[in-house]
Amino acid sequence: MSSSFNKLFRTHRKIDRVVYGVSLFFAVLLLITALLIGFKLYQASIPSIKAFGLPFLWSTEWNPVLEKFGALVPIVGTLLTSFIALLIGIPISFGIALFLTELAPAALKQTLRILIELLAGIPSIIYGMWGLFVFAPLFADHVQPWLIENLGPLPIFGPLFQGAPLGIGILTAGIVLSIMVIPFIASVMRDVFEIVPDMLKESAYALGATRWEVVWNIILPYSRVGVFGGIILGLGRALGETMAVAFVIGNAHHLSASLLMPGASISSVLANEFTEATGKIYNSALSELGLILFGITLLVFLCSKLLMKQLHKR
Amino acid sequence: MAELKKVKIRAHDLNFYYGKFHALKNINFEIMENAITALIGPSGCGKSTLLRAFNRMYELYPDQHALGEIFLDGKNILSPTQDLNQLRSKVGMVFQKPTPFPMSIFDNVAFGVKLYEKLSNDELAARVEWALEKAALWNEVKHILKRSGLGLSGGQQQRLCIARAIAVRPEVILLDEPTSALDPISTQAVEALIRELKNDYTICIVTHNMHQAKRISDFTGYLYMGGLLEYGTTEMIFNHPVNPSTKDFVTGRVG
Amino acid sequence: MSFLYIKRRLINVLACTLASLAMLIGLIWLGWILFSLVKNGMPGISWHTIFSITKSPGGGGGLLNAIAGSFLMVFTAVLIGTPIALFVGTYLTEFGQQSRLAKAVRFVNDILLSAPSIIIGLFIYQIYVMQVHHFSGWAGSFALALLVIPIVVRTTEDMFLLVPDNLREAAFALGAPRWKVILHVVLRVSRTGVLTGILLAVARISGETAPLLFTALNNQFWSANMNQPMANLPTVIFQYAMSPYVDWQQLAWSGALLITLFVLSLNIVVRVIFKQKPPIH
Repeated sequence: MSSSFNKLFRTHRKIDRVVYGVSLFFAVLLLITALLIGFKLYQASIPSIKAFGLPFLWSTEWNPVLEKFGALVPIVGTLLTSFIALLIGIPISFGIALFLTELAPAALKQTLRILIELLAGIPSIIYGMWGLFVFAPLFADHVQPWLIENLGPLPIFGPLFQGAPLGIGILTAGIVLSIMVIPFIASVMRDVFEIVPDMLKESAYALGATRWEVVWNIILPYSRVGVFGGIILGLGRALGETMAVAFVIGNAHHLSASLLMPGASISSVLANEFTEATGKIYNSALSELGLILFGITLLVFLCSKLLMKQLHKR
Repeated sequence: MAELKKVKIRAHDLNFYYGKFHALKNINFEIMENAITALIGPSGCGKSTLLRAFNRMYELYPDQHALGEIFLDGKNILSPTQDLNQLRSKVGMVFQKPTPFPMSIFDNVAFGVKLYEKLSNDELAARVEWALEKAALWNEVKHILKRSGLGLSGGQQQRLCIARAIAVRPEVILLDEPTSALDPISTQAVEALIRELKNDYTICIVTHNMHQAKRISDFTGYLYMGGLLEYGTTEMIFNHPVNPSTKDFVTGRVG
Repeated sequence: MSFLYIKRRLINVLACTLASLAMLIGLIWLGWILFSLVKNGMPGISWHTIFSITKSPGGGGGLLNAIAGSFLMVFTAVLIGTPIALFVGTYLTEFGQQSRLAKAVRFVNDILLSAPSIIIGLFIYQIYVMQVHHFSGWAGSFALALLVIPIVVRTTEDMFLLVPDNLREAAFALGAPRWKVILHVVLRVSRTGVLTGILLAVARISGETAPLLFTALNNQFWSANMNQPMANLPTVIFQYAMSPYVDWQQLAWSGALLITLFVLSLNIVVRVIFKQKPPIH
């Protein structure tokens, strides 16, 4: 135990310091990068903000020639398609999670679970292609005429189902999105349903509760934090989804009450128009759209973190 | 048994804090060389805390800190200039739960050695064999050295951890309730091993099992609520305790 | 048998039926999509498809440059992103732990994890493509790396946290320096989990189109030059599918089938063999 030992320990200490430094560096770099994303988006949006101000958010104009732009159509498209996706996706995910935890025979559970999760692995461009070439024509030929005929004349909901059966449009995009978010929401729900303690469920069954009553009264309340988290996850995915929506939403800067009409979402506009955009204002307007999307997803993220904290407390 | 023993470790006015909680209060304590010193006391009295101060294991956790001095062979190891890795090469530790690394039995024992010494393959093999022999494990594993350490029984795993600690040839071995997770037979084997080891090492053992302390230790310290209430030879502590609290504890009236 | 009892039984049967229906619907979607992929993509798969480069419609081209470009960019992205992510993960569990900076980094990592990939592409366009005034394979790789990093940081942190503190303490107690504890104990115990995190990240970015749209752009010709626009499967599929040419559309389907086969195989391998789940929350 002498100077050679001391040298060894000194080397070890030096290496430790280097490893600490590098880890710290990259951690801080990550932090800075995220902040930079928001900042850069803002920076690129400034010409557009200066040109259009706040009315940008509710203007439906989209004229690259006259250089007049408005974000309402893409914003509505993004929000509406995500809403439809959740409306359809949540009940189905719930059903799937229920089936996987309470009804599936043990031998099939693992396989079924993996199959559903494979849906999450399929790249979004595949969804887009399938939506455009396989689903939309069938939808146009068999479902949409029925919707227009039967739901169109109804009061209140009627206006949602007007127009020609194009196959593509807001509703189609919403449906395709719902298929994409189902595996995420179902997976999270399944996870939280699984960890409900057996004893809790057994006490309810022992009192004579039916399976459904146990699910509705015991499992769901117990796992509501996780269920909520899963829904937010699905929402985040739907809001940011680009390729699937770009294929089937129709890419029309046109606001209409009918779900069967084509529209646009922020990400589809960016995907379709960014590389073709000329002129400072056009590019800036697109960046501002990106900023708005980033803002929306950030808002959803923050709200979910806040609400999770609240729910956890209780 | 009454030979004069040298002081190996001496704690002087040692205070320890978990955040704001004052866990050890003004501890003045000595561990004699080549002897077994036991730390006993009710749960939560600070015995593990004290033990872990001797190899500064608490440094891993930012809200734990120690004030005072601990002298190892006269040198204060709580000083900021003390190299922690060097300290731990001299003061080894075996934990309550056996913690074999996810490697072969051979690699487990060799791990510590390879940290400090550049040995040839033969020398390393010899050292591993020596350590496993000392830990009374060699005969049971000599033909399965390449197998994972995780495949051994609980008692064997603990002896593996002891072999691993011995292999680096420390001067002091700290044992934190080493048999509490073991069955009675393995416990016996480990206790016999510890008694053997005291000839070459200084041993300090924390145990919640009074009978164990009585069986194997030469000196005993009784801790209560963070303070060292009494310290002396094991014979004295168990048969003629001075402090009434000590008496209550060793006679089983409290604990 | 009271009326209430019958009602409860009926509701139960209804609920269970609906749940089974939901499961069926999920499986039907999966089957339908995969079936369409195979039905439309298989006819176009041939030696020629894979080994000749993209050509103009009617020119009898294939997907070679697109496949190669995708492979190159994914590989580079993983090469760049994984070490960075490992270091960040190490910082979070071994050094920073519950410090304010670590909490901030974790928070930000979650944001990046859920950020729309097109925004990431836009970001790389702004800080890199615009500065060097041209699209490139590097830009595409950077965008993909920015997608890899949050995923691998998350899995690495989760896996490292599973390593019990006893194990770390045992190594420290022998006098091991921190870097050896991280490398020889922590990483070693969690290496399977970390590896699957990386594989899942690969699966995720292999199918990504949006971040490549304004970074790598596309390239009609063969190019292995990372400093130029680089062909990639997703962008080619996008372009070809939206075109009115039948042979291009066929290539789009075939390309889609290829990507899906690759991604799904990775997913299955990871989930079945390693029994891991992606860090989606």
